[in-house]
Amino acid sequence: MSPPLFQRILQYLARHLDRGLIIGLIMLMATGLIVLTSASNGNYMRVLSQLLNMTVAFAVMWGFANIPPHYLMRLALPLFMIACGLLLGVAVAGDVVNGARRWLHLGVTRIQPSELMKIALPLMLAWYFNRHEASLNTRNYITAALILLFPVLLIARQPDLGTALLIMASGCYVIFLAGLSWRIIAGLAISGVASLPFLWSKMHDYQQQRILTLLDPSEDPLGSGYHTIQSTIAVGSGGILGKGWMNGTQTHLDFIPERTTDFIFAVFAEEFGLFGNLILITLFLFLIARALVITSEATTLFNRLLAGAITMTFFTYVFVNMGMVSGILPVVGVPLPLISYGGTSLVSICLGFGILMSIHSHKRLPNY
Amino acid sequence: MPKQFINAGVEIRDAEQELQRFRYRLGILSIFILSLFCLLIIRFIYLQIFQKEHYTTLAESNRISVLPIAPHRGVIVDRNGIMLAHNYSAYTLEITPNKVEDLESTINALAAIVEITPRDRRRFKKLLGESKRFESLPIRNRLTDDEIARFAANRYRLPGVEAKARLFRQYPQGDMFSHVIGHIGRINTREIEQLSDDGRLANYRGSDYIGKAGLEQSYEQYLHGTTGVEEVEVDSGGRAVRTLSRSAPISGNNLTLHLDARLQEVAYNAFGDRRGALVAIDPATGGVLAFVSKPGFDPNLFVDNIDPQSWTELNTSINKPLLNRALAGTYPPGSTFKPFMALAGLFYGKRTPQQAISDPGYFMFGGHRFRDDKEGGHGAVNLFQSLVVSCDTYYYMLANDLGIDAIANFMTLFGFGSKTGIDLKGEASGILPSSEWKQRRFKQKWFPGETISVGIGQGYNSYTPLQLAVATATLANNGIAFKPHIVNHVENIQTKAKTVIEPSPTRDLQLKPEHLEAVKQAMIAVNKEGTGSRAFIDAPYSSAGKTGTAQVIAIKQDSKYIESQVAERHRDHALFIAYAPTEKPKIALAVIVENAGFGARAAAPIARLVLDYYLLGKLPKQPATDE
Repeated sequence: MSPPLFQRILQYLARHLDRGLIIGLIMLMATGLIVLTSASNGNYMRVLSQLLNMTVAFAVMWGFANIPPHYLMRLALPLFMIACGLLLGVAVAGDVVNGARRWLHLGVTRIQPSELMKIALPLMLAWYFNRHEASLNTRNYITAALILLFPVLLIARQPDLGTALLIMASGCYVIFLAGLSWRIIAGLAISGVASLPFLWSKMHDYQQQRILTLLDPSEDPLGSGYHTIQSTIAVGSGGILGKGWMNGTQTHLDFIPERTTDFIFAVFAEEFGLFGNLILITLFLFLIARALVITSEATTLFNRLLAGAITMTFFTYVFVNMGMVSGILPVVGVPLPLISYGGTSLVSICLGFGILMSIHSHKRLPNY
Repeated sequence: MPKQFINAGVEIRDAEQELQRFRYRLGILSIFILSLFCLLIIRFIYLQIFQKEHYTTLAESNRISVLPIAPHRGVIVDRNGIMLAHNYSAYTLEITPNKVEDLESTINALAAIVEITPRDRRRFKKLLGESKRFESLPIRNRLTDDEIARFAANRYRLPGVEAKARLFRQYPQGDMFSHVIGHIGRINTREIEQLSDDGRLANYRGSDYIGKAGLEQSYEQYLHGTTGVEEVEVDSGGRAVRTLSRSAPISGNNLTLHLDARLQEVAYNAFGDRRGALVAIDPATGGVLAFVSKPGFDPNLFVDNIDPQSWTELNTSINKPLLNRALAGTYPPGSTFKPFMALAGLFYGKRTPQQAISDPGYFMFGGHRFRDDKEGGHGAVNLFQSLVVSCDTYYYMLANDLGIDAIANFMTLFGFGSKTGIDLKGEASGILPSSEWKQRRFKQKWFPGETISVGIGQGYNSYTPLQLAVATATLANNGIAFKPHIVNHVENIQTKAKTVIEPSPTRDLQLKPEHLEAVKQAMIAVNKEGTGSRAFIDAPYSSAGKTGTAQVIAIKQDSKYIESQVAERHRDHALFIAYAPTEKPKIALAVIVENAGFGARAAAPIARLVLDYYLLGKLPKQPATDE
């Protein structure tokens, strides 16, 4: 008895998809839509538009799940070169928006090359380590460090310290997973701490301000401390069970800035309380755990490193966003993955998960 | 194990070793992930369980804003209902400095749409210095409909600028009442402290203004009203989203005065260009009928903080328009003191009405010659004549006979030298000289020679026109003194209940009727045949008066005062006290005209105009003239 045709088509289409990841993604995205409805004051246009973003993101995910990882390997070097070229272009001829040079005009459209670098760098590093797998030595790690630092410094110069640090983190995960020796890690950690004062002096006023504000938000309650104070109030006043969906006063009275995007977690925490937060963290943990399992089962070094970088970067975004909203990290422009409104973030996250699925499903395929 | 042996095996083992190492590192990262999530959870527990109360309070106060609703200030009307201080609604343009990027260019852009005078700009700058950046401050008041329309059309270009409907205080009578009604002004820091000390600050949360002078100041508690409260839910921009509860403000009480606005006008205009003061009192109640200090100033200038230039002009003017002459100006009473001296003589038994002295034209004391106005003297002078012709020698002698302390004791009864307790702030006490006073003031003993000129209202004597008017009213009222008061009654607009400020007799001087009669008859004669007769010629009512001339600079007793040779500001002050009708006095007054020379010539005609209007309803055709 063969299953009906329709079911077989579905099975064929879904053959590279991962059930665990799909379940986690859908649950988180559904949560996102619920929060977004409240955060946008019941603006269904915004919810529909996010639904559309999700559809696109799923399509992209499906596409990448069907691309065998070794094709991606071939893309790594050219993509990284293009991204570096664009970053240089920004440094030379970028548009200045809000005092930072982040955008590049390409005739018809404007792009932010640092977004592309978020994918290109881990891909590049994974490719590099995979290439020198047989004979990894210290020189390779130094080269990897240079590959990492070049775009990071360019982005930090824009200046966009938040993105630079996040991209650096993704690169560091790759290097760490590639087996950088503990002695060097310890040495780097010590010299990193030692160079903090120097870095501080190199920071822009607004960057220093953000960090100072984190230490004492009340110092500048109407300026840079405002975001932190208001979002912390939202989280704290949510209590154990929250104020209820659509009932967050901080949210609905416009006290939370950017409440559909970067600060959407404040809305969630206010309306669903500690209970909701624990559920949300559990959902994220579930997704991350599944991704880690896929990573640990990956067959080639390239696959492992790429999967690890994707998983860890995803976690980093989640942590940094929640940390920023609850006032333990400085305010950096990082959306909460899968929850925040916005197409770019959603598509790039799902693209990552598509790659993870591809890595997982293609290792079993006999023709690989 | 030798390497070269099992090449392929090494490769496999290496791969497996690699995987094990990778998984080990991945395990470390998993612990890293878990610990960071734990950190987040600890933070959430801290915020959402332990700090919940704190943040809930913060969220509530974020959300609920208690907006004060300022009450309407009570109006002030005269005894006939003529409006002296009222409110009207008008649009004002206000700028919130911290919402504006470039204040100067915003004001310039605004000036292209509505008229903004240099005075407006100066006033705004002054306000800016005194206020917080997030307070909205008026740049231009009382916009016309046309201007409002033009502003509305250009609003989008001017963020931080708003048109607001506001109630404005207006004093329609202008400078005529500036020293009685006073004015309100924006509340300053000192007043906030004072209100806070009095526990009244909460009631001023929505108020921008407070009474600064005059009745506006002294009746502040009645006029202000009770601030209402509106509890609204606001968004982070402070915009009200919806009203949760509301308690309406209670308007301030209205004041109805004893003051007669038309009488005040007659009196004010009677001064012409002269400086001076006039206080008219109803002797039977102490109600103040007219209270003039000239020159006045436009109190409307002060309502929204006066601009520095106008302030400097008023403050440095030689005419001292800001000085409340009636209340705080002190002058020697001159001969207007004599009726009271005469009463003192009778009271202490030093004189009888008939007893006459011989006046050689001077009084010698301690080798010093105290000169009388009339050369060669008035001859035989009794009490009656001493007042009618204003004989100085009679009073030099009387003062000497009484002694300074007896004079002081008696004059205290009439209220000389002490505050009258009128319902205005800033009253001066004046100086009633006594040996005790001199000891206190100069640490010196009193010399009997100093008593002599006190008898004719010179020397250390110095009283306010108000004190003189109260003393005259007390005399007219047969020695029963009333506390002067301007407000007749306070009306609660809500309940329509009127609280009448009851006339309060302060004391009965227990003067003997025959003594009073002697002095009064003499004062009636002053206006009939004496120094006041020219001013009161053909008056259809009977009046009593006394002229006075007060020296501004001391002139040697041997030399003669020639008016034309003395600089205008050094000329004598002209004084006059009067009451009428004599049978049952309805009005008693005191007038002083600064540097105007003889009281008979400058001050008495003003009194005549005032009495004519008050008793006959006759309006004067022109100011009282010297000739």
